[in-house]
Amino acid sequence: MLPLLRHARYVLSENPVTGLAFGLFALFLAAALFGPWLAPYDPLQSNATMALKPPSAAHWFGTDQLGRDIFSRVLVATRLDLTIAFASVILAFMLGALSGVAAGYFGGWTDQIVGRLADTIMAFPLFVLAMGIVAALGNEVINIVIATAIINFPLYARVARAEANVRREAGFVEAARLSGNGETRVLLGHILPNIMPIMMVQMSLTMGYAILNAAGLSFIGLGVRPPDAEWGIMVAEGANFIQSGEWWIALFPGAALMLAVFCFNLLGDGLRDIIDPRMRT
Amino acid sequence: MLNLLLSRLATAIPSIVGVVVVTFMLTRLLPGDPAAYFAGLAASPQAIAEIRTKLGLDKSLPEQFVAYVGDLVQGNLGNSLSTGQPVVTEIATRLPASAELTLFALIVAVAIAIPLGVLAAVKQGTWVDHLCRIVTTAGVSLPVFFTGLLLAYVFYYLLQWAPAPTGRLDIFLSPPPDITGFYLIDSMLSGNLETFWSALRQLALPAISMAIFSLAPLARMTRGSMLAVLGSDFIRTARASGLSPRTVVFTYAFRNAVLPVITTLGMVFSFLLGANVLVETVFAWPGIGLYAVNALITSDYAPVQGFVLTMAVLYVTLNLTIDFVYGLVDPRVRLES
Amino acid sequence: MTAIPALAVEDLSVEFRTRSGVVKVLEHVGFSVDKGETVALVGESGSGKSVTAFAVMGILDAAGKVTSGRAMFGGSDLLALSERDLAEQRGRELSMIFQNPRTALNPIRRVGRQIADVLVRHGGATRNDAPRAAIEMLKKVRIPDPERRAEAYPFELSGGMCQRIMIAIALACRPALLIADEPTTGLDVTTQAVIMDLIGELAGESGMATIFITHDLALAAEYCDRIVVMHAGHIVEAAPGRALFDHARHPYSAKLLAATPGETVSLDALASIPGGLPDLRRPDLPPCRYSGRCERRSEACDQPLPQRTVGEHHVVACWNPL
Ligand SMILES: Nc1ncnc2c1ncn2[C@@H]1O[C@H](COP(=O)(O)OP(=O)(O)O)[C@@H](O)[C@H]1O
Ligand code: SF4
Ligand SMILES: [Mg+2]
Repeated sequence: MLPLLRHARYVLSENPVTGLAFGLFALFLAAALFGPWLAPYDPLQSNATMALKPPSAAHWFGTDQLGRDIFSRVLVATRLDLTIAFASVILAFMLGALSGVAAGYFGGWTDQIVGRLADTIMAFPLFVLAMGIVAALGNEVINIVIATAIINFPLYARVARAEANVRREAGFVEAARLSGNGETRVLLGHILPNIMPIMMVQMSLTMGYAILNAAGLSFIGLGVRPPDAEWGIMVAEGANFIQSGEWWIALFPGAALMLAVFCFNLLGDGLRDIIDPRMRT
Repeated sequence: MLNLLLSRLATAIPSIVGVVVVTFMLTRLLPGDPAAYFAGLAASPQAIAEIRTKLGLDKSLPEQFVAYVGDLVQGNLGNSLSTGQPVVTEIATRLPASAELTLFALIVAVAIAIPLGVLAAVKQGTWVDHLCRIVTTAGVSLPVFFTGLLLAYVFYYLLQWAPAPTGRLDIFLSPPPDITGFYLIDSMLSGNLETFWSALRQLALPAISMAIFSLAPLARMTRGSMLAVLGSDFIRTARASGLSPRTVVFTYAFRNAVLPVITTLGMVFSFLLGANVLVETVFAWPGIGLYAVNALITSDYAPVQGFVLTMAVLYVTLNLTIDFVYGLVDPRVRLES
Repeated sequence: MTAIPALAVEDLSVEFRTRSGVVKVLEHVGFSVDKGETVALVGESGSGKSVTAFAVMGILDAAGKVTSGRAMFGGSDLLALSERDLAEQRGRELSMIFQNPRTALNPIRRVGRQIADVLVRHGGATRNDAPRAAIEMLKKVRIPDPERRAEAYPFELSGGMCQRIMIAIALACRPALLIADEPTTGLDVTTQAVIMDLIGELAGESGMATIFITHDLALAAEYCDRIVVMHAGHIVEAAPGRALFDHARHPYSAKLLAATPGETVSLDALASIPGGLPDLRRPDLPPCRYSGRCERRSEACDQPLPQRTVGEHHVVACWNPL
């Protein structure tokens, strides 16, 4: 652990941007956890007299067409956006890592099936497939999570498969097998923990993409429904006012979205440098 | 060459089969009664029953699948509820708009990303390199619909350099004669510069929004593969032979480095085709993405399904083309097959 | 024999900056090659032979830096030339061929074009004549069916064939100096001999000076007038081939020779010398980098190394030569 920490310090000093990303991440985490208490206004409370006001001291980010405080809405939306993205990443990880590890470890038809499944998903433009899945499963938030997990599945499965394949013959696996562990125990108890670091990198790298994907779906009216506060749908609402010059309605949720994705992308890159310097491109 | 084409076609077949199966499954996943879905919200019980028989939903799954494939083979994707038109014709008339936008965006992205990646590699570790990394990371982080809105706000509302973000052409102009379906090309072919100019102005912002989004994979791949090639033995030979830096970087290094970039185009297209839906929504672009989004809003299911299928087939075809082009460009593949 | 040096390297030192510190890869390296002469640079893998060649050619990696020295060639110091002027000389006045000929050629360019590129660049042929001139070169390196081979890509040719192409590229502009860096490593024995004969013959024809880098003493003795022995970035001994074989003076050279049974028997001898190369990152490297492996080591060896002339054209850098 100590060399890893030292290496982390080295990477951070080499690349201060990663430090910035960690800072941003803490900020988003705080907003997700404490958003509802920090918000100055009720995010759902409309107020016709205050509609479409530009940013001011009272309303930092202005108000929307229903007079709701945009700052409060952006803040409160953090939780929903991050939850959707996080849940989908976890789900993709569970599906992908398990089937990938099994494919790499057992080979044969397990490998065939997982490979074919991944290939089939990859045969679609991913966002389009996600649209189709949400449309078919129904217009619910949970389905956004499922769709996003499905389109991320092949990435996880492939990485996990490759890693498990390499480790199948490794000494510690052999030792575990010889000491009488069943295949499943070896798989879950010995191989899976060993590929965790690389899966963590994968997760932070796909987190940004998951946020974008979920926001994109709600932008076109799938999943999250008004009046819930969510960045994608808020940008969609603001879109109607851009042409008349009310920029703030779309700008602030859009900027939050962008910053969150930017943060996770940098974080993923940084984490990759820390955990596996060889993978750096 | 024919061998190459055939071998590539063979690899596409499993993908097509997968796509057909998945799109079939998607219709069976519809919550509740698919027939009710396809019949629309206001349909009477008789209408629903009629749809059920028409879709064959009263038959067994394998039978339904056979019927589904049969329909596909005949080019039957069902009818749109809101317009009553066959989905196939509607998609066919709207496809050129989407294709023009996507391809134009790709050209813009390639034109920016490849020089950027080459520069970052040649000047590795300098500020140019870092700038490239930040720009591309920022690029993928920008939600494409948000970029589109920002660009529209700045260039249409504030600066008034760009036309209103609605459609492919100024509303006072009539479309050019339909030759390729691409307004830029058709207007040129018919010698109508005014139309060309208007089409180009309409195209600029949506295309740039999409291009920004797809810069990153292209630029990063170019940089990485350029670095690898610059460090390889044959570049050392080229330098030891005194070839000029230009020849070394462009004729020797770049031509080799571009090969893996061609492979990346597949992923770039996945990005672009997805972004296409969002950008069409923002710019009221009359392509298949907007068509699908409108259908989604009215729970008009057949167009959505047709759209997903079209996009997937398009994507598989694009990947096939990319593979084929790669084979043509790389003599090692071309001569071996 | 009036010796006119084609290349004279003096006091050449090279460092590499790496993540784990500065590596002093070459230190005070000096040797010369006369016109028409063939000099072998021998030493085990990692002793700095390639780096010496790259430094002279000006094609070191970005991490490598020449910290001192001169390389006099045709009246000018190659190490002081601008990159631009040096590029003019490379491929025209001095050329280099490498090991692994298959990866040393551009994989997606027809070999004829690769030869033509060099000819055109250095004015050896006009753009229109270049393809024909390239085919002429292919004939010169005795490639059968040159018209057809000119259209081939490297992956379609054997390793020996590729090395001939490399030679054609290197000699296309009739350089005054050729550096051949292990040109036969990885080729089978028959091909090795053919390639070596070819280089020797073409060099003899044009009075070209040749530096032949190898870790194979037997090969060096067979084809070279003089042998320069390198160890861990130092030149430890330089002598005419005969003199070295009769009486090697440096303990390292002696070990090398002892590990080479006969002049005609080729053997990867160097692996059998006990001990390894010292870690060149160490700040406290001893003056003699062989001292860690040396059986003749004495107190004196902690002093800066002497350059002792022990015979005609025979120099050794050692306090207790044999
Ligand atoms: N790019 C580089 N970075 C760091 N060290 C290098 C580099 N190139 C060569 N070296 C070091 O220089 C020494 C000599 O290498 P080289 O000249 O290739 O040996 P050889 O005699 O086998 O040709 C080696 O110890 C190697 O570690
Ligand atoms: S100088 Fe001393 S240590 Fe070095 S080789 Fe000669 S005798 Fe051995
Ligand atoms: Mg070498």
